[in-house]
Amino acid sequence: MTMPSTLDERFRATAAAEGLLDVAYDLVDSPLGTLFVAATERGLCRISFDPEPELEEERLARGFGARVLRSPRALDDARRELADYFEGDRHSFELDLDLRPLAEFNRAVLAQLARVPYGQTTTYGTLAARSGKPRAARAVGTVMNRNPIPIVLPCHRVVGSTGKLVGYGGGLDRKESLLRLEGALWGG
Amino acid sequence: MPPFERFYEAHREEIFAFLVRRLGRNRAEDAFQETFLRALRSYGRLNHGRALRAWVYTIAGRVSIDELRRTRPYTAPPDWLEAVDEGRPPYAEIEHLTSRLPPTERAAVVLRYGYDLDYTDIGAALGSSPEAARQAASAGVRRLRRKELQ
Repeated sequence: MTMPSTLDERFRATAAAEGLLDVAYDLVDSPLGTLFVAATERGLCRISFDPEPELEEERLARGFGARVLRSPRALDDARRELADYFEGDRHSFELDLDLRPLAEFNRAVLAQLARVPYGQTTTYGTLAARSGKPRAARAVGTVMNRNPIPIVLPCHRVVGSTGKLVGYGGGLDRKESLLRLEGALWGG
Repeated sequence: MPPFERFYEAHREEIFAFLVRRLGRNRAEDAFQETFLRALRSYGRLNHGRALRAWVYTIAGRVSIDELRRTRPYTAPPDWLEAVDEGRPPYAEIEHLTSRLPPTERAAVVLRYGYDLDYTDIGAALGSSPEAARQAASAGVRRLRRKELQ
């Protein structure tokens, strides 16, 4: 006898509601493809493009603890804010973030990144200077590349010193789509 | 430790089927929920990911015993268990008495006499045939009797 899907849903929802999970995640549809979105009790901790859930689960288990479970309801707020953002109705996110596994420098850079406004761009060098390490543009590039929460931490708003888009963990076409959505990029 | 999702995905169907056999369809749903919530509560404290299947069967066995206790009395315990403290449920007493048995025999004895499982379920929990489970349980009982006579 196959177990009913309602039972499976009930367990996943209760596990999160009772605070028994280290990490809850879900797969969320978006105009940029399916996103893997994960959160701890403290806040959002992961968004990834082209997700491979099993790999993501392993990484999250190492970073936050082994009680990692898909639990769609636990991601309701994140799903709603992302949907609003992709509709163009939201220009900043209110979600708490959990960046505990990251090194201090990475957290400092991402804190500066979070202050880059919707629809604007900055450069790796500027971000390095704002993080207190003006010569660390390359290191900032690495932090952007490893950004655990793209879109919400807007590494797509960081461009090369000539204004060229350069790299993006999720692929340059996605970076372009996000900047276009925000009105930071015109023409074709 | 594997992420809980992997563990849950790997075992949810067979544990549900096990609970349906033990408790019937209606009561199996609550017992399923309780089994995996209990597993989740202790999962973070496990030191390694070995024998997770036998572990979750043990939890499911315990949950179904709790459920059955509310509605029907225990099966009579075997003779070597007669002297146990009546204040404790059989599985609690047996876990203590069998602590020196080899692991497979211990698991088979505990699941058979502590949780009243049949050999098909015990075989499933141990990853062996029902016949091998029966042999492990009787080898364990023989060993316990010998100890008693010493």
